[in-house]
Amino acid sequence: MAEHYKPTKYKAWEMTIEERFSEYHAPFSQREAKLEADRCLYCYDAPCMVACPTHIDIPTFIKKISTGNVKGAAKTILEANLLGATCARVCPVEVLCEGDCVLEEDHKPIAIGRLQRYATDYASERGIKFFKAGKAKGKKVAIVGSGPAGLSCAGELAKLGFEVTVFEKQKWAGGLSTYGIVVFREPVEVSLAEVKAIEDLGVTVKCGVEIGKDIQFEQLVSDYDAVFISVGLGKVPDMEVPGEDLKGVVDGLDFIALTKTEKLETIKYGNRICVIGAGNTAIDCATIARRLGAERVTMIYRRSEAEMPAYHFEYQFALQEGVSFMFLTQPVEIVGEGGQVTGIKCVRMDLGLPDASGRRSPVPVPDSEHVIPCDMVISAIGQIKPFSFVGALAKLGLQNVKGYIKVDSKTNQTDHPKIFAGGDCVRSHGEASTVMAVQDGKIAAKGIFESLIGSTELSGATAAGSKK
Amino acid sequence: MVDLKVNFCGIKSPNPFWLASAPPSNSGYQVQKAFEQGWGGAVWKTIGAPVLNVCNRYGTIDYKGSKIVGLNNVELISDRPIDINLKEMAEAKRNFPDHAVIASIMVESKKEAWQEIIKRTEETGCDGYELNFGCPHGMSERGMGSAMGQVPEYTCMVTEWVTEVTKKPVIVKLTPNVTDIVHPARAAVKGRASALSLINTINSIMGVDLDTFELSPNVGGKGGHGGYAGPAVRPIALHMLSAVASDAEVSRAGLPISAMGGIETWRDAVEFMLLGATSVQICTAVMHYGFRIIDDLVEGMSNWMEEKGFESVDDFIGKSLPRVSSFGDFDLGFQSVARINHDKCIQCNLCYIACNDAAHQCIDLKDLKITNEAKERLWPVVREEDCVGCDLCSKVCPVDDCISMVEIETGRPHITWNQLVATKPEVLEWDKMEEYRKDAHIHIH
Repeated sequence: MAEHYKPTKYKAWEMTIEERFSEYHAPFSQREAKLEADRCLYCYDAPCMVACPTHIDIPTFIKKISTGNVKGAAKTILEANLLGATCARVCPVEVLCEGDCVLEEDHKPIAIGRLQRYATDYASERGIKFFKAGKAKGKKVAIVGSGPAGLSCAGELAKLGFEVTVFEKQKWAGGLSTYGIVVFREPVEVSLAEVKAIEDLGVTVKCGVEIGKDIQFEQLVSDYDAVFISVGLGKVPDMEVPGEDLKGVVDGLDFIALTKTEKLETIKYGNRICVIGAGNTAIDCATIARRLGAERVTMIYRRSEAEMPAYHFEYQFALQEGVSFMFLTQPVEIVGEGGQVTGIKCVRMDLGLPDASGRRSPVPVPDSEHVIPCDMVISAIGQIKPFSFVGALAKLGLQNVKGYIKVDSKTNQTDHPKIFAGGDCVRSHGEASTVMAVQDGKIAAKGIFESLIGSTELSGATAAGSKK
Repeated sequence: MVDLKVNFCGIKSPNPFWLASAPPSNSGYQVQKAFEQGWGGAVWKTIGAPVLNVCNRYGTIDYKGSKIVGLNNVELISDRPIDINLKEMAEAKRNFPDHAVIASIMVESKKEAWQEIIKRTEETGCDGYELNFGCPHGMSERGMGSAMGQVPEYTCMVTEWVTEVTKKPVIVKLTPNVTDIVHPARAAVKGRASALSLINTINSIMGVDLDTFELSPNVGGKGGHGGYAGPAVRPIALHMLSAVASDAEVSRAGLPISAMGGIETWRDAVEFMLLGATSVQICTAVMHYGFRIIDDLVEGMSNWMEEKGFESVDDFIGKSLPRVSSFGDFDLGFQSVARINHDKCIQCNLCYIACNDAAHQCIDLKDLKITNEAKERLWPVVREEDCVGCDLCSKVCPVDDCISMVEIETGRPHITWNQLVATKPEVLEWDKMEEYRKDAHIHIH
């Protein structure tokens, strides 16, 4: 049954917690996928393909679904993007491929993301392997961090014949795909299956190893022919208001990670929750809290609706999930009793002149202090920059841009010839996203190949560069 | 109010929509139910020779989510006892005296057999007969159906046998499985038929299963040709109708035509009537959706007639026939070029790639800067001086009225091929043709 035929399905009290945390979109049935694929016009020089940071040949893979060559469709996707199954679920398609679909304006864009999921799931469920390790080049590459950028780089390098070792400080590999994407967008299994597919190419993934602590960075640089840094960003920064250490104040990323790694029934949550911030992570925290069972979830944001950084569709989703919003509200203190949060003291804001980001900056309204009662505060006001890495790398001569690692955008090479970097830790401007990280990994793999082997040998079946 | 009534060589019906002789007209129950819902007439499922059916009987073509774009069958003529068919036919006619009830007949090629069944059927009070010379499967192998329709002499002979013993109208149903349908049509005229109907189904094999290697329809592991019908055959039926309707010998005899072949909507029916059909017969659409489609068939045609100012169906039957022409009579000086409306264009560039790969390379992708977007995509633009006016681009364009074919004056002589070769037979040689092209300002690159 097509999605639009379904009556409103989500009534929390009628669903078990497992149902509430299963993938939000049901997978396409074979008939749904074919019908949707048949709708695709098969544009020439299609804009969706240009809009995709990894330049997946979208019309081609959709045509293959239409003819029943679903295996071929998956190959087309994965050739351009080894993390196609994750991207199918987490990509902001509304602002990328689907947003540029020629049918978008007066009709309905093709559901590219869901078709991509259909094809990649098809291959994954059947254990189909499309790639194998390239002929050994006798070169070793270390990758620090196993998120999308690291895995993408590792996979592409393995295809080119490099001996690749990925170091991951967490228990499981996959980075934000494993720990940071809400489970009803991407189940952990999908991310771990992608890790497995990269390992199947001969890549060694070492979890529980922290570079800078268990192994020194200098050691890595001397032991390997090249190093790719894809460490992402850090924790949610402090709000720098009194009361932050009260019981019931949690880091939004940790909160999401719990739902990915722990039994859902065991997760503690409040009944009246305030989420601070209005980005996509904040939305994730709020919607998770609702689905866990929180009665009232309020998002608190110091600017207005127009400035909120979350994607519009995420905002819509939160509204639909029964999350309420307090815009132009700035927390100034977290209040509590006996060490436990009981409320959050805020001031009203007004919009003043545009600031450096071009957005009108919020100005406090005098005498507008008020307390919002709550028993849990989730902070999701961003992530701290990779300071410790930037600091350690500075000793090796690496520069940074606003606290992010500086790279050459054509090769993702840093100022040190052996060190490359990609993913959120280099994203000094523009939006950080999984698909951009995957592309960084591809660009870096090509850069590493060219730097270690030479550009002339890079043949067609490789990393970066769009296929036409 | 418009009048949809039809007088088809004396057979009257409240509207031109008849059930074709097929599974939907297999029984009195079905025919009377159809009449109650508004169908104008029914050609009863063919009665005659004794048969045994097989299963499965149908194969279909589905296309991009649409089911049954084409339908093929290997079902035979009625397998119900003749007595029951005749009894139910009489009852249907008695209950619906103003509706057309036509008996479709097929027996072995013996004069006595044909004349006997006609005589038996006379008592039902049916309005006329349709002689099934078209069934292409099962019956044809036994010397009946299309085996008769494919030999004009047989068509004429059997028609004569029938017209000898009845005063009721005799409609000869033609098979499309011939090289030129005009010949059996003329044979029917010669045999004193009162009317023609066409087309019967087309020989076909619907498909092969990629897993089992079995054919469709699959009769216990085997398959063979069956009769193809449904929307996909409509253009073939339209062509055959126009060929017969514009044939001088047929029109001189003044035979009305009941047409069929993929009619599903009132629009389809109007097209057949514009090309000379007096009544239309429908089967596949009923098999797909049931009798209830009659509501829209009647209402849609009525609305269209009102809009066009037609009071009765006679006002538009055959209206497009004068336009049926042969290639040799087309105007060689008529020139059209494609124009793309960039306000409507969605930049799928299908026109570009179709023209570039499969036509005459006269659409360019250009930077027009007509939006405020920073990274504006290239727009398809026709180089009109090179456009040959083939019309492929507008056919592939997914947007309505985005690409239009515009007539332009080129100064070329407005002459037909037939006129040209009559006056300048030398153009049949390449060198003279080149000379003529030069004089006529025809440049082909």
